[in-house]
Amino acid sequence: MTPAEAGAPEPDLASLDAGPKGTRSLRARGAPLASTAAQLRLLETLPLPGGDFDAALGACGWAELRPAPLEIFQINVGRLCNMTCRHCHVDAGPDRVAENMDRETIDLCLAALDRTSAHTVDITGGAPELNPHFRYLVEQSVNRGKHVIDRCNLTVLLLPRCADLLGWLGARGVEIVCSLPHYRRLNTDAQRGEGTFDRSIEALRRLNAAGYGQGDPRRRLTLVSNPAGAFLPGSQASLEREWKAGLARHHGVTFDRLFTLANMPISRFLDWLVDRGTLQEYMARLVATFNPATVAGLMCRNTISIGWDGTLHDCDFNQMLDLAVAAPPGRRPHVRDLDPAWLEARRIRTARHCFGCTAGAGSSCGGATT
Amino acid sequence: MGHYYASEHLGQFGTIAQGNPDLAEKFFAWYNAVFAEGALTEREKALIALGVAHAVQCPYCIDAYTKTCLEKGSDLEQMTEAVHVASAIRGGASLVHGVQMLEHARHAGMAG
Repeated sequence: MTPAEAGAPEPDLASLDAGPKGTRSLRARGAPLASTAAQLRLLETLPLPGGDFDAALGACGWAELRPAPLEIFQINVGRLCNMTCRHCHVDAGPDRVAENMDRETIDLCLAALDRTSAHTVDITGGAPELNPHFRYLVEQSVNRGKHVIDRCNLTVLLLPRCADLLGWLGARGVEIVCSLPHYRRLNTDAQRGEGTFDRSIEALRRLNAAGYGQGDPRRRLTLVSNPAGAFLPGSQASLEREWKAGLARHHGVTFDRLFTLANMPISRFLDWLVDRGTLQEYMARLVATFNPATVAGLMCRNTISIGWDGTLHDCDFNQMLDLAVAAPPGRRPHVRDLDPAWLEARRIRTARHCFGCTAGAGSSCGGATT
Repeated sequence: MGHYYASEHLGQFGTIAQGNPDLAEKFFAWYNAVFAEGALTEREKALIALGVAHAVQCPYCIDAYTKTCLEKGSDLEQMTEAVHVASAIRGGASLVHGVQMLEHARHAGMAG
């Protein structure tokens, strides 16, 4: 933290000072696909040979998609963000001020966490650091002996309010999982907004200075790469070598590991595909590259995804489509009612977007699944 | 029969096995082995392929290796440089033959 930052005023999140803006949220644009029902309808009515996800699962021996033991509590603390990336599946942005988890719901999450054997608390958003209760959630989770992940957009770390955050997170052994689509400027700025790359490199320098990204398991720095376009990610191991060499050589920064994620055909990426006229081609590619070996490791099987209002979902993508978990009669799909017994017995809800997680090497919040 | 070049032929490449499955199997096995990560990375091999695709002016290869380059982690700047390398070699290959021209001119003419 520099003295200037310590006393610096917080910029308006909607300003370019606060973060790059690749686009505006679908909500702010009043776009038809701001409606989750419209997204699901568009996907479901697309002519797509072989496009029945449950049939594809059935053909490889998965008559029903059921959970494995619960390992990860993924808590989406809100949709507020200092950025508006073009592919965002959350439709996050500075305008999403209403949808943020309050303290009461965070306490409900912690109480529910205590009823399960999950070992990891994965905190996401939006930019989760912008939630006023973020540090409380981290502290409480760490105190319970959980591995805690902060899913970070990098640029938020340059805001004055985050000036002491890296030291604070590092002292608690929090893993930081950061979005960086490419190790060079062009594709990074194309996806996330002009200026993202330079700010991300500055944030990575600060992470390195705080001890992150240098092999210390208590200060693990993971990068996440989504393709900057309508194509699938390459081999995670191969890209990790390229990213490490490229960032070290040109910018002198290091990190521990790279996750590759496929772009999910929902929300803003869906809107982009429609705008480019490539939705059909992209969906056909996802279907054509369906890989049965990815199914066992799908994140919906070992994760429960909790929304800002406490609603339970099978994954963050289902959350963004308003597909709540299938709760038994008399129970609401809400963290207040979370019970490991019925959670383990539930059937996971699927739709065509699920082909995004089963294509190629597979895709999850933990990277490739094969 | 329609046009000589049709984009759907790219996806039908495997049907070349119809006339000789053994040779096709050998070709595709060798082809896949060539592009596996080795002393060169998959990304580097895809960039070479993209350059060669332009040198041999194969629209199928340009289609395939543009996508492969993106998937393997190259960006447009890197891919454009690869195409310039291929173009420079093509241009240079023509121009360097000018030295033959010079020798012939020296032999036959008074001005060389």
